[in-house]
Amino acid sequence: MIALLMRDLRLAVRAGGGFGLGLAFFLIVVVLVPFGVGPNSDLLGKIAPGILWVAALLAALLSLDRIFALDYEDGSLALLATSPLPMEGAALSKAVAHWLTTGLPLTLAAPALGALLNLPGPAYSFLFVSLIIGTPALSVIGTFGAALTIGIRRGGLLLSLLVLPLYVPTLIFGAEVVRRGAEGLATATPLIMLAGITAGAIALLPFAAAVALRINLR
Amino acid sequence: MELRVTDLKCLRGGIPVLDGVSFAVPAGQALILRGPNGIGKTTLLRTLAGLQPAEAGEIAYPAEEGAYASHEDGIKAALSVRENLAFWASVYGRAMDESVLRAFDLVDLAERPAATLSSGQKRRLGLARLGVIGRKVLFLDEPTISLDRFSVRLFADFLRDQHLAKGGIAVIATHIDLGLEAPELDLQPFRAAPEATGGSHEAFL
Repeated sequence: MIALLMRDLRLAVRAGGGFGLGLAFFLIVVVLVPFGVGPNSDLLGKIAPGILWVAALLAALLSLDRIFALDYEDGSLALLATSPLPMEGAALSKAVAHWLTTGLPLTLAAPALGALLNLPGPAYSFLFVSLIIGTPALSVIGTFGAALTIGIRRGGLLLSLLVLPLYVPTLIFGAEVVRRGAEGLATATPLIMLAGITAGAIALLPFAAAVALRINLR
Repeated sequence: MELRVTDLKCLRGGIPVLDGVSFAVPAGQALILRGPNGIGKTTLLRTLAGLQPAEAGEIAYPAEEGAYASHEDGIKAALSVRENLAFWASVYGRAMDESVLRAFDLVDLAERPAATLSSGQKRRLGLARLGVIGRKVLFLDEPTISLDRFSVRLFADFLRDQHLAKGGIAVIATHIDLGLEAPELDLQPFRAAPEATGGSHEAFL
């Protein structure tokens, strides 16, 4: 598992690996929103939590189809399936690699971009905490979606349609944490729901992804 | 250790292609699969390797000893030759065996990114994977595609001296003569009857 994780991280940072694609997309969306919405800083501060979370979610979605597609095309996936590494382990390691190359950089960049959207002062720590708790769920759910759609040509559209509804609870509770944090309200409930979704996804979806992979490899 | 297959029935896309395949390969021996295109050599190898379930029949070999090599080599173009091999060695929990680079004439290419290899060199790298993973029962699907005569002999020498001589087993689908002393199995007699049904609903799943 460590071997697969290290290889995926190494591939991601080499030329053409796609590392930074999600981050660049995130940056572009957040920079463009103020131009579209106009210079009303009160309004920007109000919508900032939602914008940041939606942009992070779409950025994570952008690189999902690469999770298994490349390994499927060059035959690595079939070779991995016959190796001692269980498919559950492979799926989990792929999800971790996706989070380390997408979710974690987004989380680290988000507070800096919050300033562009006039995010209220108290919300910064909540933005960071909600993203670091919520983005692993995006990666694990996305890995499951990618496992379902390998082998389908131009499967990106189907993948997005499958995965977006599953992302909705994470988005609702994640943005809610930041909004409540910005207004000084209690954030415990949405934080617990967000953490619960992530924990449940990490516990269950690698097994579902492994079954989907085995069926698709037949 | 031996590989024993009894009355095996294989499906491809939900349609039976082979039926009643039975053979046994003792340790230290290879078996060459012969037959025209589409007879089901790849399907049989994938079934043996456990990538797809058998419709009927039994396959017996030590499960932790099997390894599969397909048409595709599973090479990452952005990694060097050595990194590619080291990755597969560590997936199988083994140390990288440097002598494999020599056996497949890859020493001079070891630090080159795999993207710059020719297709024959890529194939050699894909086959060198078999040397670093240390499995005893190999299922090889057309291993010599795009290899020149010299590389074919390198590969045959590796199979004979490094694998079979150490008690390994290999089942090889190929159309050329590898120069191995191995029995051949013609799959033509095992072709499944065209009207045979069974599992055909799976074609729609």
